Amino acid sequence: MGVLVNKNSKVIVQGFTGTEGTFHATQMIEYGTNVVGGVTPGKGGSSHLSRPVFNTVVDAVKTTGADVSIIFVPPAFAADAVMEAADAGIKVIICITEGIPVQDMVIAKNYISSKDCRLIGPNCPGVITSDEAKVGIMPGFIFIKGRVGIVSKSGTLTYEAADQVAKAGLGVSTAIGIGGDPIIGTTTKEAVELLMNDPETDAIVMIGEIGGGMEAEAANWLKDNMRKPVVGFIAGQTAPAGRRMGHAGAIVGGADDTAAAKMKIMTECGIHVVNSPADIGSMMASVIGK
Amino acid sequence: MNLHEYQAKEQLKKYNVPLQNGVACTTVDEAVAAYNDTASRTGTKFVVIKAQIHAGGRGKGTFIEVPTQHGVQVAKSEDDARTIATNMLGNTLVTLQTGDAGKVVSKIFIAEDAYYEGVSPIKEFYLSVLLDRTRKQNVIMYSQDGGMNIEDVAHNTPERIFKEYIQPGSPLQGFQARNIAFNLGLTGEAFKNCTKFVTNLYQAYVGLDCEMLEINPLFKAADDKIIAVDCKMSIEDNSLIRHKDLELLRDKSEEDPTEVEAHESNLNYVKLDGNVGCMVNGAGLAMATMDMIKLSGGEPANFLDVGGSANATTVEAGFRIILKDPKVKAILINIFGGIVRCDRVAQGVIDAYKSIGTINVPIIVRLQGTNAEEAKELIEASGLKVQSATLLSEAANLVNKAVA
Repeated sequence: MGVLVNKNSKVIVQGFTGTEGTFHATQMIEYGTNVVGGVTPGKGGSSHLSRPVFNTVVDAVKTTGADVSIIFVPPAFAADAVMEAADAGIKVIICITEGIPVQDMVIAKNYISSKDCRLIGPNCPGVITSDEAKVGIMPGFIFIKGRVGIVSKSGTLTYEAADQVAKAGLGVSTAIGIGGDPIIGTTTKEAVELLMNDPETDAIVMIGEIGGGMEAEAANWLKDNMRKPVVGFIAGQTAPAGRRMGHAGAIVGGADDTAAAKMKIMTECGIHVVNSPADIGSMMASVIGK
Repeated sequence: MNLHEYQAKEQLKKYNVPLQNGVACTTVDEAVAAYNDTASRTGTKFVVIKAQIHAGGRGKGTFIEVPTQHGVQVAKSEDDARTIATNMLGNTLVTLQTGDAGKVVSKIFIAEDAYYEGVSPIKEFYLSVLLDRTRKQNVIMYSQDGGMNIEDVAHNTPERIFKEYIQPGSPLQGFQARNIAFNLGLTGEAFKNCTKFVTNLYQAYVGLDCEMLEINPLFKAADDKIIAVDCKMSIEDNSLIRHKDLELLRDKSEEDPTEVEAHESNLNYVKLDGNVGCMVNGAGLAMATMDMIKLSGGEPANFLDVGGSANATTVEAGFRIILKDPKVKAILINIFGGIVRCDRVAQGVIDAYKSIGTINVPIIVRLQGTNAEEAKELIEASGLKVQSATLLSEAANLVNKAVA
C-alpha cells in the first residue's frame, strides 16, 4: 500500500497536454500508474495519451472519480492550479512546478488549509510507492520494492538514497519528495509521521538541507515518536551563510538553520545522522541489522 | 534580487510611502547640481550624500582611497558637496558587510536632510516586512530601537521587538496599523501618519513581491511626518516572471562576474573559496557533493547545479566557468541520471572536453542511474584523462587522491 499514492489511486495530470505534462504522464503510465485523465483549460473534450482531457478539475473529478492530481502547470499559474484541485475535492495534490512566486504560495497554502486535502511540493520530484504508483518525475527503476521510507527536500538526492538503499540489499516502500521551496504543502515532520504510521515501512531516511526549521521540528517530534529507526542527512554543511543554494528555500538565515545546527538536534533526538551522503545506504543497513 | 536605496525609493513612491527624497547621480557635476537644487527647494544648506551599494553599514564605512570619507555624509555647502562626491564616485567603500575588498561606488544619492529642527522631538525606529517561513505568513517586525543593528536588539532585548502577522490575501488591518503606531509610542499627527505609512508600505511589499523590505531608520521628523530615511529592498526571484520592469533594475556590477556569466548560461552557480570544482544535477545533490568534497580532504570551489538536462552545451559552459578559477585543482562531475541518460551526459563531457582542448586538472566523473555502465565504458574508451566512478564513495576516494 505505502502512503499517499498506491495502485488504487486515480491520478489526473494538470497541464496534461504541455511538453512536461505529456512526457512525464507517458512515463507514469508506462510505470503502471493509474492515470485516468488530465486537465488543460480550453482543450476539454479532446483525448490525449488515450485518456480524456477536461477543461476543469471539477469536470475531471466528476467523470473519472480522480483523487490524486499531479501539477505541471507553469509557475505563474501553478498556485491557482493547486487551489483549483483542492476546491474540486482532490485528496492528494502533488505540485512539481519549480519557480512559483512565494507570495502565491502564501495565498494557496492558506486557501487549502480549510479543504480536506494534502499538498506535496511545490518544486519537488513527487511521490512514488514502489511497484504501485509513480506520481512524479523520478526514474522509476531505481525504486526497488522494500520497507524503507524516504522523505527528502531534494530530487536527485532522493534517487541517490533510493539507489544506496537498493545496493545495501534493501528497498523502498514510499519515497516522498517534499520540495525545496520556502513554503511547501507537507513538512518534513508530516511526511515522516505518515511513514511512521505506515505498516509497510520499517525504517525511514530523512534528507534535509540548510534553511528553515522543518528538520528541527521533525526531530523534536521524533524524540517522542521514534517507533522505527530514522537515518538522517543534511545537505549544505559547506554552504556559505546568506547565499541561496539552488533551491529557493536553501539559504542559511541564522544560527538555527545551518546544517551543523540541524544535524546536532537530529542526533540529540535519536536520529542516526550521517556526515557523508555516501553513507546513507550503509547506515540504514547497519541500523536495521542487515 | 537586491535593489539600491534609490531604486527602492522610486518603487515606494508609487505606493505613496513618504520618504526622504533625493536624486541618484553618477558624476560630480550632476551631484553638485542636485545639491543646489535640493538646497534651494528645501531652504536649508544641509543635504545628505549617500553612496549606493548593496550593503549595509554605509554610515560607519570608509573608503579605501580616502579613509576619512564615510559612506553617508551631510554636505553643508556646494564645495562640500563637490568634495564628498569626488571622494565617493569611483572609489571603494568598505563596510562591515562588504568584506575587506569593499565595493566600488558608481552612484550616489543626493537626499533632503530629514533631521531638521521643529516643535516635537525627532525619533528613529526600525521596521521591516518579511515572510515567516514557519507560520507561512508575512510579518511586520518593528522596534522603537531604530538606526541600530536589529540582530543585536533581538539578541539583547527581545522584548523590544514587536510583530504583526498578516492574514494571507488580506491587507494590513486598521487595528494592526494602530498597534504598530501605539507600540512605537506615537501620538497625535505622528500616530495618524504612521498608520498610513505602514498600510501603504505593506501594499508595496505585496505589490512588488518583496522578499524583504527593511526601513531602518523609520523616522519621525520634528514636524511629525513619518518617513523612510533608508530602505533595503529585495525582490523575490521567482516573482520576477511578473515584474519585467524590476528585472531591468538588476545591477550586475554588484554581483560576481562569474556568477553573472553562469546565470546567462542558465546555470545555477555560486562561487566559493575552495580547490575542487564540482558540477552536479540537482540542488540538493550539489550541496551534498560539496559536503563530500570537504569530507574527502578538499574544499568545494563552487556550487553548480546544471539542472535536469545536462548535455554537451551545459557541461562545456560549466567547465569554462569552473576553470576560470585558478585555485581549482580538480573537478568532480556528479550526475545521477534519471530521465537524463548517463551515456548522453558522458558523451557531453567528452565533447565538451574536446571542444575546450586541454584541461590541466584531473577530472573525476561519477555517473549513476540510467545507463551508468554504458557511460563508464564511453568515458574509459575516450582516451581522455578522465577518471570515472559509479558509487558516490568511489568518487570521494578519487577526490581524496586528487587533492592529496
